[in-house]
Amino acid sequence: MLSRLLWGIAGVTATLLAVSVVSFLLVALLPGDLALLILADAATPERVANLRAQLGLDQPLAVRYLWWLGNVLSGDLGRGIHSGQPTLDVILSRLPVTLELILLTQVVALGVAIPLGIWSAYRRGSSIDTATLIGSLCLLSTPAFVIGLVLIYLFALNLQWLPATGFVSLGEGLGGNLQSMVLPVVSLALIEVPVYLRLLRSEMIGTLQQNFIALARGMGLPTWRILVENALRPSSLNLITVVGINMGRLMGGAIIVEQMFALPGVGQLLVESIYQQEYLMTQGIVLFVATMFIAINLITDLVYALVDPRLQRGREH
Amino acid sequence: MQPRLPLGVGLAVTWLALVVGAAAMADWLPIADPTRQSLLQMLAAPSAEHWFGADSLGRDIFSRTIYGFRVTLAVSLGSVALGLLSGGALGIVAGYFQGVAERAILMGVNVLLAFPPLVLIIAMVAYPGQPLLKVIIALGIVFMPAVTRIARANTLVYREREFMIAARAVGMGDARLIVRELLPNLVPALLAYSLLLVAVAALAEAGLSYLGLSVPPPTPTLGQMMASEQSNVLEAPHAVFFPAGMLFLTIFALNVVGEEVQRRIDRRARAA
Repeated sequence: MLSRLLWGIAGVTATLLAVSVVSFLLVALLPGDLALLILADAATPERVANLRAQLGLDQPLAVRYLWWLGNVLSGDLGRGIHSGQPTLDVILSRLPVTLELILLTQVVALGVAIPLGIWSAYRRGSSIDTATLIGSLCLLSTPAFVIGLVLIYLFALNLQWLPATGFVSLGEGLGGNLQSMVLPVVSLALIEVPVYLRLLRSEMIGTLQQNFIALARGMGLPTWRILVENALRPSSLNLITVVGINMGRLMGGAIIVEQMFALPGVGQLLVESIYQQEYLMTQGIVLFVATMFIAINLITDLVYALVDPRLQRGREH
Repeated sequence: MQPRLPLGVGLAVTWLALVVGAAAMADWLPIADPTRQSLLQMLAAPSAEHWFGADSLGRDIFSRTIYGFRVTLAVSLGSVALGLLSGGALGIVAGYFQGVAERAILMGVNVLLAFPPLVLIIAMVAYPGQPLLKVIIALGIVFMPAVTRIARANTLVYREREFMIAARAVGMGDARLIVRELLPNLVPALLAYSLLLVAVAALAEAGLSYLGLSVPPPTPTLGQMMASEQSNVLEAPHAVFFPAGMLFLTIFALNVVGEEVQRRIDRRARAA
């Protein structure tokens, strides 16, 4: 048990280090004079010389990496060239919007996918099942921004039920905040539904053929109780893993959806930093987001162990 | 386990052939110049002259869609080929030779998988360089880890099969063994996966060009066409939804074909 835990920690540390190397190289390998590139139009001889010294550009790459890593570990990801604000502060100030978007999306996507997945597995081959599968394939074939455009066209412009842009933060009121989140969340959730639905359906079909389901049926339990209480849990193990892994995919979707609906989140910040060639901001976001997702996957593994009692027992022996 | 979808796979293949053909031969087709502007045709509705109507600069949307597909196809095919070649080679090396090489390759794969794909792609596209090539390489790198895993897993399966042992026993070298005996057996699994990857790549290119991070104007790209016309979507829905519909149909057709190939391979694997 202990050695397993230690190996796990070592593995995560190694991955984090490797991720930091990649993030470092993302900027260090930029062709040309790094200080000039980073400062761009804000470059004065004095500032270039300062930044050169700060980045240690006359040092070998490995030394620069260690130097940079030391700064990162103390929370210093550099400063914005135009704003002068610390990169980490800017990222953290944008984080709540993105986290809200991603979490609401997971809730909505699972809320739609779980009942549909259970039902289409139970009524396998029925017209509902077929319609669900075709619908899934359609959604899998549509970019999130196209779904967003359709939703904006229908619900914001024609019916005028919901705002297309104009983010209301949580601090300004929950109602307005949720209203401004509906369209972005639905756009993003609709491309996740087919992923979860198809996975749960195929796992569920396997589970429903097991003996303990036949036993529950023989005991005369109502169908919905068998499906929800007996079949869902053993069928949802892979789903939990995929929900965790999908946080990364959702971050990608969030970039596009935030840009589309003008949500001031990390995704929009990343696109802005690319447009404005704020390389240190880009680097900071890449490192931050990757670290966050490694942590999330670690948590997913722990949840997995909680849901699957076999894993816990396996560890005790 | 998937039931047969009541959709014509033949229809999907025909559609794909049409799209690829039109995009490849766009220069010789009797269609309008995709960059020619006309104030008189601003946001013109679909007509016999402009099948999909015109955009806010009076450019022919049908022609722009066809030219837009050139970028979509170049990016999809290029990036999947790159991912397939690099990931396939790494996966075979890892599975066949094992040892240190395998551990190093798996470590690299895990590191790449730790980054959210689109974040990594966007960061790489930020590099200075030729736009089309950048997008292809960025997507190719992101596709590599999954292909590596599939190639490695399949190599591990075939490595100990009788025909491999027999070939080794008669003195076939590693290189010939890999190319002549192992590779043909990996093709089905990799082919099925790569068809689905082409669809993923087309979706990703659309997203990138929507963000303005793919090939820049004046070259038309589908995402950029929709991004620049979305503010007019109420007056001129055709300017957004015709390109969107064409993109959807094409990716849908790719997915239908991809699933059919996957289904056939699964069936063959079960029969074997």
